[in-house]
Amino acid sequence: MGAKWLGATVKRKEDPALLTGKGHFVDDIHLPGTLHAAFVRSAHAHARIRGVDTSAARAMPGVHLVLTFADLPQPLRTNSLPLLVPHPAITQGFMPYALASNEASYAGEPLAVVVADSRYIAEDAAALVAVDYEPLPAVCDCVAAIEPVSPVAHANASSNIAAQFTVNHGDCHAAFADAPHVFGERIFLHRGGAFFMECRGIVATHDAVLDAFTIYLSSQGSHRIKRAMLDVLDLHDNQMRVITPDVGGGFGPKGAFYPEYPTIAVSAKLLGRPVKWIEDRHENFLATHQERDQCWDVEIAVDGEAKIRGLRGRLIHDAGAFVPWGIVLPWIAATTVPGPYVLPNYKMDIVVALTNKISTTPVRGAGRPQGVFVMERLMDRVARELELDPAEVRRRNFIMPEQMPYQVGIIFRDGRPVIYDSGDYPASQTKALEAADYAGFAARQAEARRQGRYLGIGISNSVEGTGLGPYEGATVRISETGKVVVYTGATPQGQSHKTTLAQIAADSLGISYEDVTVATADTANIAFGMGSFAARTAVNAGSSVHLAAVAVAEKIRQVAGEMMEVSPGDLELREGFAQVRGVPGLRRSFREIAVKAVGMPGFSMAGGLPPGLENTAYFTPEQSTYANGTHIAEVEVDIETGQVSILRYTVLHDCGRMINPAVVYGQVVGGVAHGVGNALFERLVYDDHAQPLSVNFGDYFLPLATDVPHVDVHHTETPSPLNPLGLKGAGEGGTIAAIAAIIAAVENALSPFGVTIAEAPISPQRIVELLGDAALGRTR
Amino acid sequence: MTDTRHLKLRVNDREYERVVETRLTLADFLRHEIGLTGTHVGCEHGVCGACTVLVEGRSCRSCLLLAVQAHGREIRTVEGLAAADGTLSPLQQAFWETHALQCGFCIPGVLMTLTELLAANQTPSEAEIRERITGNICRCTGYQSIIEATLLAAERLRQGREVA
Repeated sequence: MGAKWLGATVKRKEDPALLTGKGHFVDDIHLPGTLHAAFVRSAHAHARIRGVDTSAARAMPGVHLVLTFADLPQPLRTNSLPLLVPHPAITQGFMPYALASNEASYAGEPLAVVVADSRYIAEDAAALVAVDYEPLPAVCDCVAAIEPVSPVAHANASSNIAAQFTVNHGDCHAAFADAPHVFGERIFLHRGGAFFMECRGIVATHDAVLDAFTIYLSSQGSHRIKRAMLDVLDLHDNQMRVITPDVGGGFGPKGAFYPEYPTIAVSAKLLGRPVKWIEDRHENFLATHQERDQCWDVEIAVDGEAKIRGLRGRLIHDAGAFVPWGIVLPWIAATTVPGPYVLPNYKMDIVVALTNKISTTPVRGAGRPQGVFVMERLMDRVARELELDPAEVRRRNFIMPEQMPYQVGIIFRDGRPVIYDSGDYPASQTKALEAADYAGFAARQAEARRQGRYLGIGISNSVEGTGLGPYEGATVRISETGKVVVYTGATPQGQSHKTTLAQIAADSLGISYEDVTVATADTANIAFGMGSFAARTAVNAGSSVHLAAVAVAEKIRQVAGEMMEVSPGDLELREGFAQVRGVPGLRRSFREIAVKAVGMPGFSMAGGLPPGLENTAYFTPEQSTYANGTHIAEVEVDIETGQVSILRYTVLHDCGRMINPAVVYGQVVGGVAHGVGNALFERLVYDDHAQPLSVNFGDYFLPLATDVPHVDVHHTETPSPLNPLGLKGAGEGGTIAAIAAIIAAVENALSPFGVTIAEAPISPQRIVELLGDAALGRTR
Repeated sequence: MTDTRHLKLRVNDREYERVVETRLTLADFLRHEIGLTGTHVGCEHGVCGACTVLVEGRSCRSCLLLAVQAHGREIRTVEGLAAADGTLSPLQQAFWETHALQCGFCIPGVLMTLTELLAANQTPSEAEIRERITGNICRCTGYQSIIEATLLAAERLRQGREVA
């Protein structure tokens, strides 16, 4: 079969409903008899809970149920929430209960739930719940947290260190001992949160006849939510169905499992009625996982030619109060540092610190933007110190295409050695420099300076592990009506899976992608699933759809061959028919073949084939496949106000073979916008008592249309050798390199004043502060 | 908090009469009282713009307006943009063709804001479009394709030709 649909820019199957208000997001689901929940949340970042008085709330008309920890049915008083990604390095794996019992560990931790006739009444009643707090010292700063004198984030913790481990290869000690140049930096990164436009939400129902739950949830993976629910509620597989409807953005945190979910489920069972909880934006700032703080103390050793000899240091990662995703964030961050460069010796000591803030779990990029930022800041430092062009320093250090597959020497979070499978990094930078007219920048900068304006340019290269295992699955089934449905556990949040997976299936089956229905994220439809995160769905689900569709196509030919008494090899699939090659009139429809394949009662199956036009495939990649890219930002900084304007933004992106170029384009541009926020705007501010101060969009700035530049996107397609279609992930690359490129450009613009920047985000206020007196008298 | 009032208004050319609590927001009225769930609620403090509807043709945050304040008014929501036969509006059609949406959650509000813009100005510049949608936050697209779609829709409106 030729690839008619794979690689084609086609309109999305998702859009007609979404454009006309006919989508089904979780709060759009109205089941008869639904009651509405509101949570009572800790007002303190750290406090002992001496008592919770719910009597006034229970007495309010319209209130049906109030639960505190003591009221929770078992096993929720025994089972804490599951740690999704355990690791032996975790020595203090704190996890919360569905409702906090006697200690609150972050401001916003759920202490009680109120279920009422309406959300309005539930919130009124929640306000009447009286909590008797004994405030405890709160741990706010992740660097101070690991000092021996720090108070502890949990009363029964031995320290605030949740985990310690080292990523290491080569011999840094020797590499640094006689290095011609060693440069050190302390780099502080704050990554904010996901801030999807649709907050989290759940509708839970319990069927007393079947003793089984049906849960509608805004998530990034129905199957993992189901597994966590079964685990924490100690249920059998048949007692939980999780369905993720339309999702209004995920970006990572909707892939986690939260205390509200089992609490709402048991409320529905206790009441015998559907219960809905929709997170409001204030709760979203308090209680949805963030990514937040990392502090890196790093040194780079280079030779006289600016070639890297080694890189070493320590990373302190702010875990927040609990460790639901284990140590994946700092692990990914540390293993992303080498990027596209030859790094012969590398050692990073990682300390994961507990603080009294909401937990940190992956947000678009998942630690990679930080790793890239560290390496690219060091590259610029080397360029500055050795008086070389930043592009030239990078060029001297690239891994060359003929070195592929390339062993980096370290272990990735998938447990496998980091082996870059493919990519041409020098070409990526060269093409990006050309597209950005890097050669002409010096003249643009000089001309601007003559006008009293300060322009800067920044380069950032990244390599991104995508398509992480273990697997995703797909069932391709042709029903007796001849209609084709693809079932998968992939759980889209805007990435167009219903279009791209249909494109893949259509090619093997010889039909239009419009004739393929893709049913996602319902645990009743396919046994196993992981969900959509880590830029993994194209590779894992896409490959599975391909394998299953190829198998179904073969089955169609076998059954049709029996029906027409011809060899299956003489049949081709075209527009819903199996027809004899070169004889268009001799054919059978999918409908006829499907009816035959299902069989008739009492009649033997044709040819002894198993029933049905159906196949299920689980693609299990051996390792991640590595996408890469180069970003070039050109900015102007107003030295009076500190305002940064991005004048030009160029991306060279390589995510292997593209299923739908318009979808990839959207992912890249949207990813850059997220990076713009991380570089210039997004900061979650906490006071010294770990009380969050930025809890609405007036305090926390998301990038607006006037903040995001026009992004000039260019592609190279280096197919991955690791999966049948040559795919790599595309969902995060736009974000990963952006922060480093923008900050480098700001620093470059301010170079006349000797300003260096080792932090992100950077606000106008901070830029003015860094300029200090240097800029006085230099304004236009 | 059970103060109620009689409410009568028109939404997408249809009249509705209800007795509602005075504290009920217009967004919640549209979504939960009359089942028009296309209007989305993203922040409930008037910044994100997902809940934008047209009141007497003017864009308005339905999360910041009480339903009773809309008494006697004419409201248009995303459900009222396409023609009765389901034909998409030129703006909706352009959004579909240019991949101007991803998750689609913010899009109803974006469409209402831009419908208002195009009703008044069929020659908007890129800068004018960017400025106008600063009241609508989109976390997915980076806005670029939204701007491309709006320019395309404006061009077609100017040419007054039937959309493919």
